[in-house]
Amino acid sequence: MLTAFLLFFPVAAALLLHFAKGNAARVLALGAALLEFAVAVFAAVSATLNMAPGNSEAAYSTFSINLPWIASAGINFHIGMDGLSLLLVLLTTFLVPLIILASFRHDYPNASAFYALILFMQTGLIGVFVSLDAFLFYFFWEVALIPIYFLAGVWGSERRIAVTFKFFLYTIIGSLFMLAAFVYLYFQTGANGAVRSSDIAAFYSLSLTASQQAWVFWLIFIAFAVKMPIFPFHTWQPDTYTESPVPATMLLSGIMLKMGIYGTLRWLLPVVPLGTSQWGKLVMILAVIGIIYGAIIAIRQRDMKRLIAYSSLSHVGLMAAGVFSLTFMGLQGAVIQMLAHGVNVVGMFFIGDVIQRRTGTRQISELGGLTKHTPLLSVCFLVLLLGTVALPLTNGFVGEFLLLAGVYQYNMWLGAVAGVTIILAAVYLLRMFQRVMLGPETSFTSTIQDLTGSELAVLVPLIVLVFWIGLFPNTFLRISEPAVLQILTLVNR
Amino acid sequence: MTSIILLSVLGIVNLFFGFLKSNKILLPAAMVILALVFGANLLDWNAASESYFNNMLTIDRYSVAFTGIVVLTTLLLIPFSEKYVRDGQENLAEYYSLLLFALVGAIMMVSYNNLLMLFVGIEILSVAMYVVAGSDKRNVRSNEAALKYFLMGSFATGILLFGIALVYGATGTFELAQINAGIVNPANASLQPMLYIGMLLMFIGISFKVSAAPFHYWTPDVYEGTPTFFTAFMSTVVKTAGFAAFFKLLLAAFFAAQGFWVPTIMAITVLTLLIGNVGAVAQSSIKRMLAYSSISHAGYLFIGLVAVNGKLSANAIFFYSLAYSIATVAAFAVLKLVSDQRQREDYASFNGLAKTNPLLAFVMTVAMLSLAGIPLTGGFFGKFFTFGAAIDRGYIWLVVFAVVMSMVSIYYYLRPIIAMYMQPADDETAEPIVVGGFQSAVLVLLALITVVLGVLPGLLSEVF
Repeated sequence: MLTAFLLFFPVAAALLLHFAKGNAARVLALGAALLEFAVAVFAAVSATLNMAPGNSEAAYSTFSINLPWIASAGINFHIGMDGLSLLLVLLTTFLVPLIILASFRHDYPNASAFYALILFMQTGLIGVFVSLDAFLFYFFWEVALIPIYFLAGVWGSERRIAVTFKFFLYTIIGSLFMLAAFVYLYFQTGANGAVRSSDIAAFYSLSLTASQQAWVFWLIFIAFAVKMPIFPFHTWQPDTYTESPVPATMLLSGIMLKMGIYGTLRWLLPVVPLGTSQWGKLVMILAVIGIIYGAIIAIRQRDMKRLIAYSSLSHVGLMAAGVFSLTFMGLQGAVIQMLAHGVNVVGMFFIGDVIQRRTGTRQISELGGLTKHTPLLSVCFLVLLLGTVALPLTNGFVGEFLLLAGVYQYNMWLGAVAGVTIILAAVYLLRMFQRVMLGPETSFTSTIQDLTGSELAVLVPLIVLVFWIGLFPNTFLRISEPAVLQILTLVNR
Repeated sequence: MTSIILLSVLGIVNLFFGFLKSNKILLPAAMVILALVFGANLLDWNAASESYFNNMLTIDRYSVAFTGIVVLTTLLLIPFSEKYVRDGQENLAEYYSLLLFALVGAIMMVSYNNLLMLFVGIEILSVAMYVVAGSDKRNVRSNEAALKYFLMGSFATGILLFGIALVYGATGTFELAQINAGIVNPANASLQPMLYIGMLLMFIGISFKVSAAPFHYWTPDVYEGTPTFFTAFMSTVVKTAGFAAFFKLLLAAFFAAQGFWVPTIMAITVLTLLIGNVGAVAQSSIKRMLAYSSISHAGYLFIGLVAVNGKLSANAIFFYSLAYSIATVAAFAVLKLVSDQRQREDYASFNGLAKTNPLLAFVMTVAMLSLAGIPLTGGFFGKFFTFGAAIDRGYIWLVVFAVVMSMVSIYYYLRPIIAMYMQPADDETAEPIVVGGFQSAVLVLLALITVVLGVLPGLLSEVF
C-alpha cells in the first residue's frame, strides 16, 4: 500500500491544486511534497529495520502490489520496491520539495498549473522507479515526459519552443524503439504456447538467442541513452537545460536523467545479458568519449547554466561506464553516484539561479568578487562544487571512486582515460568559482545580497546530504547491495 | 435490428419537427433519439445473435459493438452543431435526419451478412454524405467538395458493385460464409482470376470510402470544403463503419484467399501510412492536417486488417476505432468552436488559446496526444493492440515502419499544442471563444473517456 500511496498521492495533490491560486498553490504543493517525502522515509526506515541479514526479499515484500490491469493480455499493474527503487524514490521525494521551495522566489504566471505539473511529473518519475511490469514501466516513462515538456515549453526562456520540441522528439523517438522491443519480448514470452506476460520476471526468464538479443539491446538502449544522455545522443541536453525554467532544469538533471541509468540497470542488463556483453564494449567507449567531450566543452563555456549542463553530461558518462563495466563496484558506484549527482547538480543549478536573479546575468565574465558580500552563498557554493569535483569526504568522491574502480576492473586503459575527468572537472569548476566568486567586483555584483532564509532552507539539506553520503556511504550502499547483487547474478547467468 | 428500426422511424419523425416554428427543440430531440438508440442497441448485447431478411443481416456482438461506437460518436458530436440552432439554420431538421439515416447505413455496414446489404449500407451512408458535404450552399469550396465527393464516390461505388458482381460470378453467392466455401471449392478453380479481379475491385471501392491510399486523393479537399461539423462525422462514423465492414469481409468471406489479398492490403497499408503522415506534415491548416491524419489512421487500422488474427484483430480494431473516434470528435469540436468565431483554420488561429480558453486547450491537447499515441490516452493502447496483433503474426517490419511513421506524426500533432500553450496570442486571437455550458460538459466528457481508455484499457480491450 505504501508504494501505491507514493505513486498516486502526488497526482491526486496535483488535481487538488487546480482549485488553489497563486501563493496558496505553492504552499499546498510544498506541503504535499513534504508529506510524500515523509512517507518515503518511513518506508525506507521500516524496510531497513526489517532487513534480516542475507534476506532482503522479506523486507521489501510488503511494498509489492500485483493487480490485473489488462487482464486478458497478461499485463498487470505490478509495482514494488527493492533497495534500488527505494533509493531512487527517496531521491525523488527528497528533491521535489526542495525544487518547489527553490521556485518560491520566481513569480510564475499561472502558478497552480506550474506546481500541478511538477507533482504530476513526480508521479511519473516514481512510477518509473517502482514498475515491475514492462508496459507499466513504459507507460510511466512516457507520462513523465508530458509535464516536463509543458514545464519547459511554457515557462522557459526565449528559444524554448524549438528547444523543447527537439527534446520531445528525441526522447519520444527513443522510447518508441523501447516500446517496439518490449512488444517483441512480450510476444516471445508466449513462445511454445505459454501464457503471455509482460511481468519483469517473465522478461528475466526469457531465453533469447544471441542474435535476437543483439538487436533488442539496441532498441532498448537507444531509449535509455537518449534520456541519460550518452554521447552521441546528447545533443538535446545542453540547450534544454539552458532554456528551461530552473525547476524544470532541476527535475531534468536531478531526477529524470536517473531514469536512463535506472532503466539500464533494471530493464536492459538483466533482460538481454548476451546483447550487453556483445555491445557493452562499444557503449563503454561511447561513454568515455562523452566524459572527456563534455568536460572539454564545459571548460570553454561562458554561461554558468551551460557549464553545469556540460559538466552533468560528463558525469553521467562516468555513471554509464560504471554500469556497463558489469562489476559490483561499478554498479554500486553508479547507484551512489545517482544520489550524489542528484544532490550536487540540483544545488549547483539553484546557486546559478540565485546569482542570476540577483545580478541579472549568468555570463561568467560579467561576474566577480561575490564572496565579499555573500559569505553564506560562497560557502554553500564551494561545498557543492567540491562535492561535484569529488573531493574526499564528499558524496562525489565515494561515487567516482567506486565507478572508476569498476571501469578500471573492466579495462585498465578505459579506466585511465575516464580518470582524467576528475582533473578536468577540477579545472572547469574551480575556474568558474574563481572567476565568479573571487577577484575584482563588477558593476553587476557590487550590491549583491546574501542568501535569505528560504534559500538556505533549500541549500542546507543538500549540504547535509553532501557530507552524509560522503562520510557514511554505507547507509545507502547497504540498501542497494542486495538489489545490485541480484542484477549481477542475472547478468552473469 | 431495433436500432435500425428506431433510427429509420425516428429519423422521419425528426423531419416533422422541422415544421415547428422553433429550431430549439431539434437539438435535444436528436440527442434523445440517439440516446434511445444507443440504449436499445446495448440491450442486444446479451441477446443471441439473430439473422434477418433471409440471413442478409446478422445482429451479433460484433455489430452491436460497432453500432455502439458510431451511435455514441454521433451523440457526442451533435452538441457542437449548436451554432446552427442559434443561427436559425432553416434546414436543420433535414441535416439531423440525414445523419440519422446515415447511421442506418453505417449499422447495415457493420451487420451485413450478404454483399448486397453491404452495398446498400454503403450507399445509404454515402448519399447522405454527398448532401451534407454541400450543405454550405453559398460557399464555393463546399460546392466543390460536394461535387468532388459525389463524382468520385459514384465511381467508387460503381467499381465496388462491379467487384461484387465478379465475386458473385466466381462463387455463385452473395453470402459471406458461402463465398468462403466457394473459394476453396475445387469446382470453381477455373474462375479464380475472375474472383481475384472481383476482390481487387471491391477493395478499391471500400478503400475509397475509408480514404486509404492511393484512393485518398479526394480526402483533403472534401474535408476542407465540407462544414467542420460534417467533416467530423465523415472522419469518424464513416471510417469506423468502413473498417468494421472491411474486416468482416476479409475474415468471413475472403479468409480462404489470404495468400492473394494479404500482400495487396499490406501494400495499401504502407502507402496509406506514408502518404497520410508525410502529407500532414506539410499542411498549414489544422483542418487539412486532420484530414491527412485521418488518412494515416486508416493506415494504422489497416495493420489490424493485415493481421487477420481473429479475436485479437477484432478487439484491436474495435478499441482503435473507439479511441480514434472520441479523440477526433474532440479535435474537430474544438476546431469548429475556434473557427466559427475566428473565421480561420490555420495553426495561428490557436495561438494563446490556453490563456483565453484553458478548457478548450486542454481538451485539444488530450485529443492530440491520443491521436499521436502517447500514454495516458486511449490512442496509445489502440496502437498497442493493433501493432501487437501484427507482431503476433510475425509482421515485425510492418510494425517498425508504422512506428517510424508515428514518430513523424508527433511533429504535426504537437504543433497545435505549441500554438495553444507556447505562442502568445495576437490581437485577433486574444478574444476568448464563446463556449456553452453544455458543450463544455461534453468536451470534458470526451477528454475523460480518452483518459479512461488510456488508464483502464482493460474495460474494453476484450469485448469479443
